[in-house]
Order: sequence, then structure tokens, then C-alpha cells
Amino acid sequence: MKAAYDIVAVGGGPAGLAAAISARDAGCGSILVIERDRELGGILNQCIHNGFGLITFDEELTGPEYAARFEEQALSGGIDFMLDTMVIDVSADKLVTVVSRAEGLVQIQAKAVVLAMGCRERPRGALNIPGFRPAGIYSAGTAQRLVNIEGFMPGREVVILGSGDIGLIMARRMTLEGAHVACVAELMPYSGGLKRNIVQCLDDFGIPLLLSHTVVRIEGQKRVEAVVIAEVDGRGKPIPGTEVTYPCDTLLLSVGLIPENELSLSAGVELSPVTRGPVVNEILETNIPGIFAAGNVLHVHDLVDYVSQEAAVAGRNAAAFVAGNLDDEVGEIPLVATDGIRYTVPQSIDPSRMADELVVRFRVGNVYENRYISVYFDDERVKHLKRSILAPGEMEQVKLKKAELAAKPGLKTITFKLEEA
Amino acid sequence: MEQIHLTCIRCPRGCQLEVAVEDGAVVSVAGNACKRGETYAKTEAVNPVRVVTSSVPVTGNPAHHMVSVKTKGDVPKAKVRAVVDALKGLTVESPVAIGDVVLADAAGTGVDIIATRNV
Repeated sequence: MKAAYDIVAVGGGPAGLAAAISARDAGCGSILVIERDRELGGILNQCIHNGFGLITFDEELTGPEYAARFEEQALSGGIDFMLDTMVIDVSADKLVTVVSRAEGLVQIQAKAVVLAMGCRERPRGALNIPGFRPAGIYSAGTAQRLVNIEGFMPGREVVILGSGDIGLIMARRMTLEGAHVACVAELMPYSGGLKRNIVQCLDDFGIPLLLSHTVVRIEGQKRVEAVVIAEVDGRGKPIPGTEVTYPCDTLLLSVGLIPENELSLSAGVELSPVTRGPVVNEILETNIPGIFAAGNVLHVHDLVDYVSQEAAVAGRNAAAFVAGNLDDEVGEIPLVATDGIRYTVPQSIDPSRMADELVVRFRVGNVYENRYISVYFDDERVKHLKRSILAPGEMEQVKLKKAELAAKPGLKTITFKLEEA
Repeated sequence: MEQIHLTCIRCPRGCQLEVAVEDGAVVSVAGNACKRGETYAKTEAVNPVRVVTSSVPVTGNPAHHMVSVKTKGDVPKAKVRAVVDALKGLTVESPVAIGDVVLADAAGTGVDIIATRNV
């Protein structure tokens, strides 16, 4: 294993694999993917349900099948791998420090780095639920790993807090494995998950979804014995008198995902307070030249297909960076998200370096009906796209063309906003 | 005439559909905001189907306890639980490759269960 590479991808999940493949296909001959697990594929390995790949492959694959297609491409040559290896530091000058049982501490000098570490689940500690610390409280993803990979059932009588997609998927999975899921409680007045999952994972099995409800107490000292669920008001505060006790032995938490950016911070990468991922430009490069980011480490996605697309862009640009093929910068134009749109990725565009067509991805902050997604070049509205429904749980995207920006020299700001019909 | 209530899954709006079915055929769909809701209702009301996924124990590979599996195609929604029950007690031996049949004709559906992972 040589100690210098043109490109190092941190993470061997869907983002790291797609970035490495596209960098190789763009002509880069020195690529290393570092994965902390003993195998490639990342979280897809435990996502055994189907629905992956509709956009990429025009068929509904399971997570492991989707991962296998990318692994096959990645393993076909030109890419090195370090498995069972944890990256513990990435420096601003792209020195990557890793540790593994087999090799010990190793430092690898990269010319470009693609951050592809994915995200992690918000834990109980982030929620301020009073009560003891009994066994039986799991993040939905931990339960998913236990059931699907390890072959253990974490419990028999289950309550789920949070209606994120993993929680919905696990409601179905545990029901089919013989558990009883009493309910899914969601603090917000709308679900954070995809509609498809609410129908096929909850409605199909008669599992109630309690919107505007939360867990206010966990009972049991050694093992969860019950959780108390109350309705919340418009500000998310529990309404006294609405408490209902659900006897159970297991509480699953599906209360949000957070991009995993400890390494980004150690490299000096600037993070967005909204996405909690790096701030990136049109080539998905962070504020540190040669450090790129893609996938759930950049912003949390709903669909892996878009992770793969995004990471392919980062990988291609990392290859161009290493080869010295990037066009000169003429200046970044900031993208401003306002009036219901929470953020955009990327956060800025240099029109000289952008691809002929650039996908801008974003999320809205609430459920909106009959709105227009509007894009303004300074004061001029250039896009006005009707949407009958917009929801925070579903990522949106708008394509901008290089020619559109080229026609507007001196452009100062690109604004994304929602407008009423 | 039978009235079936469905939630459309074609977009986040989740239209509440009222579907009238007579002699196994959809005669009317109401509550849909767009054409896609009608298309969804026409199959979901008469012949709801699902792909079932699960995982089963695997032996002979110390790195893996389980191998993920799925029905090779759609099965009737009413048969989902029977298909999962048919997997109980099944153990497969490594090596197993994506697409290998681990259980033929699951629960009399005529649909095979295949591996979705190389283990």
C-alpha cells in the first residue's frame, strides 16, 4: 500500500464508491477508498428493503443489490481499497491519517480528498426525554442492523418515536418478524418520511401514526417497561392531560440524521448551520481547495440514486483538480435560499466552472400546497416551477444551465424561494 | 359495489382516494388531484401487490450471520405474511450469490425467493 494517492475517498458507501468510479473513468489512475467497516457498501448493506435504483437502473433493487452493482464497477480495476480502516484525521493539506488493526497507524498524502462519510442518527441524548436509562432504547438504524445483519430481534412490543424513513421501514420489518408495533409518534404535524413508506410500512399493517405527539417519559429501570406519549401544541410543547401509557419493551428512535463531519472540521472545512454539512461550490468543493464532499455527509438525502449522482460529480471534479484541468475561477455567485426554502446545495456557483447543466438540490421547511419554486437572477425571475405539494421529507431539485448564467454577466445573487400561486 | 379507501403514494400530497369496485373492476376513482392517482388506484384497489424482503441465517461464512433475500417478483399483498412465515427455519449455506433461489414457490405464490447479497 503506497502512502500517496491522487484521490482519497473517505468512506466506501454509495458516495465513496460513485466518486471513485467517476474519478477513475475521468482518467485518474491513483485512487484509494478507505472504509471503516470490513466490507464496502456502507449503510446499504443493512437496507434490505427494495426501492433503490429506480432512477439509476430503472428497477427497484434492494440496498445490497444496489451496492453490489457499484462495488462491481469499483472492483473492476484502477481503484485501491483499505477496509476495516478508520480515518482519524484529514488535514487541510490533505494528509490523511488512518488506523487499522492490520496496519496500525498510517499516513497517506492525497492531492484531493472526497469526503463521503455519510451521516448518523440523532441519539436519545439529543432529545431530552426524562426517565431512567434502561436497556431497550435503540436508534432505528441500530435495530435495523441487529435484525438484518446480526439476526437478533431487539424486542417484542415496540413503540417508535419519529417518522423518519428508517423508523417506518423498521415498523414493517419488526412486525413481519413477529413483534407488535403499537404506534409511531411524530412531534411535527407532518411525517418526515416518504409517503410510500407510510402507506406500505404503517397503513399496510394497521400501525397508527400519531402526528403532533411525542414521548414525554420512559418507564422502567433495567429494561423499558412503558413509554408515555402526549399530544403537543403548535410549539411542540406537551399538552397536559393528553398522556397515554404504552406498555412496551423497546423504543426505537427515528428522529433525524446528521451529516458526520468531525473529519471535515479537523481539516478546517466550513460547515453550513442548516445542512450541517460542508458549504460547497458548483464543483462540490469545500472552502479547502481539493477537498470535495458528496452524499449524506454533504446533506441528508432521501434517495441513494441522488447520492450516487452527486458523488459522481464530486469524483469527476476531484480528478479534474488533480489533473489541473479545472477552468479558472471568475468569481462565485452566492445562492440564497429564502421564503420557505431552507438551503441549497451547492451554496455558490462560478459560472465559468459550472457544468453545462448543474443540479441544485434543496429542501423546504414546511408542508406547502400549490406553490411555485422560483429562481431569481438578481431581480429577474428566470424560473417559475409549479408544485402542487412540497414537504420537508422530500428533497427537491432544479437544474440551471451554464448558458442561462452566461447570458447574465455581472450577476450578483441567485435566489431560490417559494411563491404563492 | 364496494368502496375502497386508499392513500395515493405517487407524490407527497397523499391524496385520499375513494375507489368504487364492482365485479373486480374499478368503476370510479374520486379524490385524486391528478391522473397518476387514478392509475395508482386502478391496480392498488383490485390487485395490491408487494415485493417482500427479509433476511435468513447463513452458515459457512464466519463474516456473515445473515443473507438478505426478496421475492423475485410481486406477490399479492394478502400473502405477504405467509411468505415471511415460509422463511422461518430456513438456513442457507455459503456461498450464495445475488439471484440464487433460496426458496422456490414461496407460500404457494409461484414466486421464488432469491438472495440479494453475495455471501
